[in-house]
Amino acid sequence: MLEVRNVDAFYGKIQALWDICLLVSESDIVALVGSNGAGKTTLVNTITGLLRPAAGSISFLGQRIDSLPTHSIVELGISYVPQGGKVFPEMTVRENLEMGAYPFHAWKQKDDTFQQVYEIFPRLMEREKQLARTLSGGEHQMLAIGRALMSKPKLCIFDEPSYGLAPLLVKEMFETIQNLRKQGITIFLIEQNVRHSLEIADRAYVLENGRLCLEGDCAELLQSDHVRKAYMGL
Amino acid sequence: MSILEGQGVTKYFGGLAAVSNVDFHVDQGEIVGLIGPNGAGKTTLFGLISAAVVPNSGTIRFKGENITSLKPHQICKKGLARTFQSVKVFSDMSVLNNVTLGAHFGRLQRVSEARATDEAARLLEFVGLSGRATIPAKDLTLVNQKLLEVARALATKPEVLLLDEIMAGLNSTEITQAMELVSKIRAQGITIFMIEHVMKAIMSVCDRIMVLDHGKKIAEGTPQEVATSKTVVEVYLGE
Repeated sequence: MLEVRNVDAFYGKIQALWDICLLVSESDIVALVGSNGAGKTTLVNTITGLLRPAAGSISFLGQRIDSLPTHSIVELGISYVPQGGKVFPEMTVRENLEMGAYPFHAWKQKDDTFQQVYEIFPRLMEREKQLARTLSGGEHQMLAIGRALMSKPKLCIFDEPSYGLAPLLVKEMFETIQNLRKQGITIFLIEQNVRHSLEIADRAYVLENGRLCLEGDCAELLQSDHVRKAYMGL
Repeated sequence: MSILEGQGVTKYFGGLAAVSNVDFHVDQGEIVGLIGPNGAGKTTLFGLISAAVVPNSGTIRFKGENITSLKPHQICKKGLARTFQSVKVFSDMSVLNNVTLGAHFGRLQRVSEARATDEAARLLEFVGLSGRATIPAKDLTLVNQKLLEVARALATKPEVLLLDEIMAGLNSTEITQAMELVSKIRAQGITIFMIEHVMKAIMSVCDRIMVLDHGKKIAEGTPQEVATSKTVVEVYLGE
């Protein structure tokens, strides 16, 4: 579904990604693991068109997307939950959600999607008319996920969905992600909660210093000494 | 004696009681944890202490002095500094200058540029950002921006430091490093009041934990007491 081939990326003169190759197959959950500063968010920015790769190609459903603007990539069916939410602070919760529904096919189904999002996060319905800036940190996160779902994505990229969530909500968040997959949404998951994400994902990649150094089935990676020592504190 | 205490602290946002009649105290040299579900009012309470948010009622005392009606910069100069959950670094300014700002504007006593820079460089090393001093703060990862806020807060020479979720977004191995950082800060004689969802960190680093839910204090005690409290398990920890 998503194919990243030999991608290099730079911030100014500084190279951040080296020769990245990865595959996400339809209806899989694929996890990306790596330390703070390894380049995980940079990789996502490259996929979503926020940063242009200096070399290599990125295709989605067989179509090259590495020179498309971000909004066209969203139209094709990729949506993104950025780290820390990045919601529109001066808009209401409902308006923020509506902002996600701008792709043409999504706009037509927007009323139904609102229902679905409110079912997943009843708190958002309670706070529908509140300005987003008055939400708590965890509610920001719910809103960002809701907004991503409003675009009716085929592939949803989560950058640290458990960021700032209370333990109870972290559990719910991982259940939500699994439910989304059951509804046919493919998931690319970046998460510091390595054990949890490897438990729900099918496959995973490990990124270190801008290079992919390990990949495989999650069951195998959970047994890997390197992963346990470097990411799980074991 | 409590270095920081609050009585009947209350804040409404419209009709919503974000913080409702909360009493709290933090003793000198303690590390106190503040936990609770999302939207419980934890960050609002930090806002009230640091005067970023004005309470509807209640009093907050720092070293015995009523600071409830002071401005944020005055509170900072008295020795009470904080970091922000949604980071507030000066994005286009260098990492180093973000910290020298703390030294210049967060203290009662004036410091020379040379001394401020020198101290800032040492603080960056202390939090593990020394290699990044010259880049703009916006080019740091979110996690490193939080560490930068810790360095900036320390540059104001606080006696009490409020840490708002500095461990979010860290993996287990990085969390262990962050816990060491918190202990090192305390070892310098700084009292710490911290919001955190990472239970492993809260449980092992804190002397005492306070739990908020829907703006009310629902539990308080040692990590052990809090972790086994039925209410806390129900509303916060699960299972």
